[in-house]
Amino acid sequence: MIHFVLLISRQGKVRLTKWYSPYSQKERSKVIRELSGTILSRGPKLCNFVEWRGLKVVYKRYASLYFCMCINQEDNELEILEIIHHYVEILDRYFGSVCELDLIFNFHKAYYILDEVLIAGELQESSKKTVARLVATQDSLVEAAKEEANSISNIIAQATK
Amino acid sequence: MALSGMRGLSVFISEIRNCQNKEQERLRVDKELGNIRNRFKNEKGLAPYEKKKYVWKMLYIFMLGYDVDFGHMEAVSLISAPKYPEKQVGYLVTSCLLNENHDFLRLAINTVRNDIIGRNETFQCLALTLVGNIGGREFAESLAPDVQKLLISSSCRPLVKKKAALCLLRLFRKNPDVVNVDGWSNRMAQLLDERNLGVLTSSMSLFVSLVSNNHEAYWSCLPKCVKVLERLARNQDVPQEYTYYGIPSPWLQVKTMRALQYFPTIEDPNTRRALFEVLQRVLMGTDVVKNVNKNNASHAVLFEALALVMHLDAEKEMMSQCVALLGKFIAVREPNIRYLGLENMTRMLMVTDVQEIIKRHQAQIITSLKDPDISIRRRALDLLYAMCDVSNAKDIVEELLQYLGTAEFTMREELALKAAILAEKFAPDLSWYMDVILQLIDKAGDFVSDDIWFRVVQFVTNNEDLQPYAALKAREYLDKPAIHETMMKVSAYLLGEYSHLLARRPGCSPKEIFGIIHEKLPTVSTPTVSILLSSYAKILMHSQPPDPELQNQIWAIFNKYETSIDAEIQQRAVEYFALSKKGAALIDILAEMPKFPERESSLIKRAGDTEADTAELSAIKSRAQQQASNALVVTDQQPANHPPQVTQLAMVKIPSINEENNHVDQEVTQTNGSMGEGEPQNGDILGDLLSPLAIEGPPGVSGTETLSEDGALALAPVGEQENAVKPIVDIAEIFHALCIKDSGVLYEDPYVQIGIKAEWRGHQGRLVLFLGNKTTSSLDSVQAVFLSPSHLKLELSSVPEVIPPRAQVQCPLEVVNLCPSRDVAVLDFSYKFGTNLVDNKLRLPAVLNKFFQPITLSAEEFFPQWRSLAAPPLKLQEVVRGVRPMSLGEMANLLNSLKLIVSPGLDPNANNLVASTTFYSESTRSMLCLVRIETDPADRTQLRMTVASGDPTLTFELKEFIKEQLISIPSASRPAVHQQPQPTTQPISLSDPGALLAGLL
Repeated sequence: MIHFVLLISRQGKVRLTKWYSPYSQKERSKVIRELSGTILSRGPKLCNFVEWRGLKVVYKRYASLYFCMCINQEDNELEILEIIHHYVEILDRYFGSVCELDLIFNFHKAYYILDEVLIAGELQESSKKTVARLVATQDSLVEAAKEEANSISNIIAQATK
Repeated sequence: MALSGMRGLSVFISEIRNCQNKEQERLRVDKELGNIRNRFKNEKGLAPYEKKKYVWKMLYIFMLGYDVDFGHMEAVSLISAPKYPEKQVGYLVTSCLLNENHDFLRLAINTVRNDIIGRNETFQCLALTLVGNIGGREFAESLAPDVQKLLISSSCRPLVKKKAALCLLRLFRKNPDVVNVDGWSNRMAQLLDERNLGVLTSSMSLFVSLVSNNHEAYWSCLPKCVKVLERLARNQDVPQEYTYYGIPSPWLQVKTMRALQYFPTIEDPNTRRALFEVLQRVLMGTDVVKNVNKNNASHAVLFEALALVMHLDAEKEMMSQCVALLGKFIAVREPNIRYLGLENMTRMLMVTDVQEIIKRHQAQIITSLKDPDISIRRRALDLLYAMCDVSNAKDIVEELLQYLGTAEFTMREELALKAAILAEKFAPDLSWYMDVILQLIDKAGDFVSDDIWFRVVQFVTNNEDLQPYAALKAREYLDKPAIHETMMKVSAYLLGEYSHLLARRPGCSPKEIFGIIHEKLPTVSTPTVSILLSSYAKILMHSQPPDPELQNQIWAIFNKYETSIDAEIQQRAVEYFALSKKGAALIDILAEMPKFPERESSLIKRAGDTEADTAELSAIKSRAQQQASNALVVTDQQPANHPPQVTQLAMVKIPSINEENNHVDQEVTQTNGSMGEGEPQNGDILGDLLSPLAIEGPPGVSGTETLSEDGALALAPVGEQENAVKPIVDIAEIFHALCIKDSGVLYEDPYVQIGIKAEWRGHQGRLVLFLGNKTTSSLDSVQAVFLSPSHLKLELSSVPEVIPPRAQVQCPLEVVNLCPSRDVAVLDFSYKFGTNLVDNKLRLPAVLNKFFQPITLSAEEFFPQWRSLAAPPLKLQEVVRGVRPMSLGEMANLLNSLKLIVSPGLDPNANNLVASTTFYSESTRSMLCLVRIETDPADRTQLRMTVASGDPTLTFELKEFIKEQLISIPSASRPAVHQQPQPTTQPISLSDPGALLAGLL
């Protein structure tokens, strides 16, 4: 199972964290500090796996962002590596050629999408199309609620004129 | 930025980004947190939109690594908002901010449950996601039935169903009891018929977890898994959207193969044939392609197929195909594949006998030790370590030594340790071993832990043939201009002991040896100075006839250090000086160290521990010390004519509770591992020098700390020696008997008898203490207090202060086992009889094995569990030496009596025992424990033990516990020690290797 997901920029800034195993806030900071030190310093052309505290971190760099997922030692590393890519492709499709800025300003979207890809540290949906559809439905629900609110407030505004 | 749809949030993020430095950022964050806090306080005026915005800001700040210690309530309260946008934010932020141990989460359980059982599909999804991501035990207990209902409901749509499957998986992980095995096997089989691949993927993950816990119940699912694989890998019958770079859902393929690895075998020939056909197709049909993702995906499947073949192991033909593939992989350019090739080769070595085939790739593996990637080098090191045997040890160790020079610091210690172990295990001859270790110290002295050089000393001491060679080598290294301090220590020690064996060689006269050692004295640290002083004393003793010039030189040094600020050095200087004036007596006292009893190498033990983190290690250490102090205590009935001595000051008094007569005045003395009371003649001088030895530590523990106060915890301090009343039973023996039975007498003296009766159920026990007054007058001031270790919760009902004449009172005692530990609770029982206050510390037989429940496993049940607990810290192995000699049958009886049920015939080797049990504690709940003991028919005093369970602490504690049961306890053989001629004792001190070694092992 995936214990946690980290998105870290090349400068060591955290862009997203998701913890499927219970870590306290203190432990979380420690993990991030340790791992960003280890992973960011790794050169190109090395393998995508880092052994860490009896666990394994599978990571991949996309432009300025490192996507990291921590798994058990006996888990299938390549499978996780492609879960990362699967997630990136979905982000890419949603934002239209995703870049780090998209994820900074829309970090909540990145979280929503991740929740459609993983639950309990396991892959939930391997179809990009399905994920895209579900996220779109959520967006439209939010939009609809907003419009409704607006229209009600309009009504109230008019009524109190 | 438009997407965010929240201007306030975007502005805030921009401002944070524009901060020039960390300080500015912190100021901005603090300002914002203050603002949010204010807004939340005046909550009434907060529109849903605003609340949402602030909660997002909180999450963003939290993600940046700042503490957000308020506002959790607001986030949680959004969950119960009626509208989707707020609810969505509430659910997501809650699941990010909190973890399963948070109290706030409890507040949400009801709302979450209402959303799960409600009609609104989108709400169901949100709730299931939260529970699936952060649900804990409490969620498991209250929500599992509802989630299961959703999962099997026919009206439930895929988008909800797949979330329900993973949600149930989480709840099952938190509490396996929530899934009723009987009812679920059929449902699981139905779920595996699912056509929708999203749902099937999630269900398969759930299945992997269920089957890993208990495959017996799920045999009916096995053919379904094979069908899934056929559908994907052979028929490629999947909708386009579920192919990934042309590969039919690689993830589902991997998961399905993983599930199959939990079944011990596949009996049905048709299913088997179908599966092997698929596997063959995967093994043969996977080509390296240009596209990275396609390549990764297809190799993810391939490596899983390899693992499955290794597991099923039947067709030797496929096995060799696998080895061939792995051989190819470790030479490819793609680093991931190379890494995985090495990793899987190591795994393969563990499951089957492929050592010879893998040896063919040795050169390639050694090349990988020089790979630029540390991950790959680690794998190569592990593989080399695993594949090493007598035939290739020389090559491999040499490579490791060479690599040591360039390896990064983080790897050096492990590397040094592994090289030392291999050198010891597979040394073709002793001098080679010596060479390797000295090179190791020379090249990487900083990374050579003390254990390694202690072990050398032990080795040399025990092998006479090696001694001249060792001395010679040590002498050679001293010629080097700059040598590592550890080298200094080991050389000085060896030359002190054995340089007289070199006397005829040029440059090796006592004087020259002394000269070359003394030259380095100004450069070494205090502990090493102590060793050097010992060496001088030894050299002096060995120079026969005495060389007055050398004598004067050395005496001058002793004189100088008599005023040293370091007490250890000062003491040595004073004593060596005094001793060396005694002439002939010196020879007896400073004679060569006697042999060490053979023990397991502490190095191998350490290698097993390297995984454990430091906190755990120190806990283990202190516990082991505790145990040792228990085992090593020897009563010393002081001879009446023995005058009070200086030695007593230095002696560590360890009061014992397990001695027959509760004698308080016990001193701990120990020579090279053997126990004995110091010889009266030289006891006065040697006692204090010996004492550090005894407090050194227990068998096999590395490190040199002395027995700290908490180390002695198990031994409750005993008050003044006022017990005029002696027990009339052997308390220690009784305790051991009570460890394997549930009722009996715990203590008896002329006035009182304490009986005990126990009932054990899971992690709880109900005991009754029967306090009986044997006399015709009443006993006053009766007190019974428990000193309970942290792993037990003890509740003793009140004990009456007076026991009437000839009466017996019953005191019920409730015991709850919180977590695995071998520590023992102590009952402090005292009463007054007449004017005598009698006080006894009694160990309570609420020991580890009381929380076992016997379980007998069949081969089909045993092996998958055994395999799934693959490596430390869940599975630990240790070679135990000094085992009480007993027949295999006796050993089986012993294990059975501890409720570790031996399954005869499970292990193909008749000299081995395999046993299993279930352990109960509050933290682990019921936990299966597996034990394998491999005995050596030629040498019954040693055996190899492997212990596995799902909990690292439990595994360790169980291993130590069994070891305690198997090892003969030296205190029992005390009289025997008496009769043996006392080996000439040596002045040994804290930093003396001999002393340390004795303590270490």
